[in-house]
Amino acid sequence: MPAEAAPPADDTAAALTRLAREESGRVLALLARRFGDLDLADEAVQDALTEAARTWGPRGVPANPPGWLLAVARRKAIDRLRRTSSAWRRTMAAAPELAADAMSAAGDGGAAPSHRRPLLVDDDPGDNPVDDDRLRLMLLCCHPALGREAQTALTLRLVGGLSVPEIAAAFLLSEATLAQRIVRAKRKIRDAGIPLRIPADLDTRIEVVLSVLYLVFNEGYLSRGHSGDVVRVDLVDEAVRLTELLGELVPDHPEVLGLLALQRFHRARLATRTDAAGELVLLEDQDRARWDRAEIAAANAVLHRAISRMRPGPYQLQAVIAGYHANAPSAAATDWPAIAAAYRQLVAMTGSPVVQVNHAVAVAMVDGAEAGLAVLDALAGVDGYHLFHAARAELLARAGRPAEAAAAFTRARALTDNPAEQRHLARRRQEAEQPPAPGPGAGRRVTPSGSS
Amino acid sequence: MEYMILIHTDEHAERPGPGMPGFDEMMAGWMAYNQRLIDGGHWIAGASLQPTATATTVHRSGDAAPAVTDGPFVETKEQLGGFYMVSADDLDQAIELASAIPLPFASFEIRPVAFRPDAG
Repeated sequence: MPAEAAPPADDTAAALTRLAREESGRVLALLARRFGDLDLADEAVQDALTEAARTWGPRGVPANPPGWLLAVARRKAIDRLRRTSSAWRRTMAAAPELAADAMSAAGDGGAAPSHRRPLLVDDDPGDNPVDDDRLRLMLLCCHPALGREAQTALTLRLVGGLSVPEIAAAFLLSEATLAQRIVRAKRKIRDAGIPLRIPADLDTRIEVVLSVLYLVFNEGYLSRGHSGDVVRVDLVDEAVRLTELLGELVPDHPEVLGLLALQRFHRARLATRTDAAGELVLLEDQDRARWDRAEIAAANAVLHRAISRMRPGPYQLQAVIAGYHANAPSAAATDWPAIAAAYRQLVAMTGSPVVQVNHAVAVAMVDGAEAGLAVLDALAGVDGYHLFHAARAELLARAGRPAEAAAAFTRARALTDNPAEQRHLARRRQEAEQPPAPGPGAGRRVTPSGSS
Repeated sequence: MEYMILIHTDEHAERPGPGMPGFDEMMAGWMAYNQRLIDGGHWIAGASLQPTATATTVHRSGDAAPAVTDGPFVETKEQLGGFYMVSADDLDQAIELASAIPLPFASFEIRPVAFRPDAG
């Protein structure tokens, strides 16, 4: 974000943020394809946003901000090309011996320095060029040849229009680290020849985008409540926004809708997930009156659209499970047999340890703690996973085996570095060692992951 | 007989760039070596590669979909068994070509070629 401009008035600031978030990705995608240069497009959009911050305050917000941004960014890109090529011509005049090397390296006739290796794009703009461009950009940022951290940073930066300081703050990284990550990712895109193109295996590639958006959501979901810093960008809302965007770009894709429904079910419960002191509140103890009913209704509608496509997938199944929880009138009225069945399908589909542990917890809710423990104890390769030990500890406590429960809580606590979880596990260990007087809810506390 | 020679070198070592002192001498050494191979009838193919930061690895394990990851091949249980030098439109096509190599359990590191003396 522009730093040197005088602070604009509030409504101008809001218009600027909206412009950066909602329009900069679209313009960047279009310019990247037209100019065949991701860096140039990014720099041009940043130049245009800086100009907006400088001139919109005094002159007022233009009538058509998206049109303004495209026109100004395009002009900025051309300005930059002109500056680069005239600087290059001056260099050539002073040191003509550099020309041959640069030409062989750049392969573009020596019109630009060799670092301007062109971005590979296809020529067919498709039926709906602009949105097609944004899909290409999203797929480029989430290319499997980029590391997960690079994919996440690039997606938020280039598609989401977040600034480097905003992303760095959201992930608790230094700005220099994040900026370096983005520079390296852009360099790999250029040097390895990662194309800005709709791939043949679109579904596989959309899966990668979904896993990036899921990670962004989880990062926001898990960190919310740890920091009272209101300046931090809300990654939960950003993930939902970008998943909605992907839903527009590939309409009726069941897994995209599944992830969106999952995110919205979780977002509906966010306010009750931690108490005033920032401690985790278990699903069964959350104040359901404070759940966002409109958000749950919206999630139900999205999930219904996903399921009606009759192509099940892991995100849809997770949304189904989140939906059973969100729609249950009380913790006691939760449809555990249906949830256990959904987890069984999810185990078959993914085999992930998280899912297997959650399946065991659901089985325990249906058939008792010992049945759940039997499922847990049959799992292999989960010993280093804190939620396995946390779930096992809860079931042991419930089965009346307090010493084993305490040991498992201790093991779980040692395996997580999340302070809120550590406090929660320490508290639960104490409670397991000194069982509270029997009362409503006593002895049925179970901690499925993602349920708090 | 035909042999492949694999060049292992410290990619971070200081080398003169174009226009810097010593660059021409360094390149002259490479050109002379290439010419020696060509003149002696030894030349089949050769190239310098871009640094490992540009590497992408495709992992094949049986019928599962090939997994694509950022970075060079680091596993030590598998050994270098051959090479192809291919021309492809972009990295996606290179990944597709690598995934089609008829080895169901293998990893293929893909690195863009930086410079090839006999490139047209």
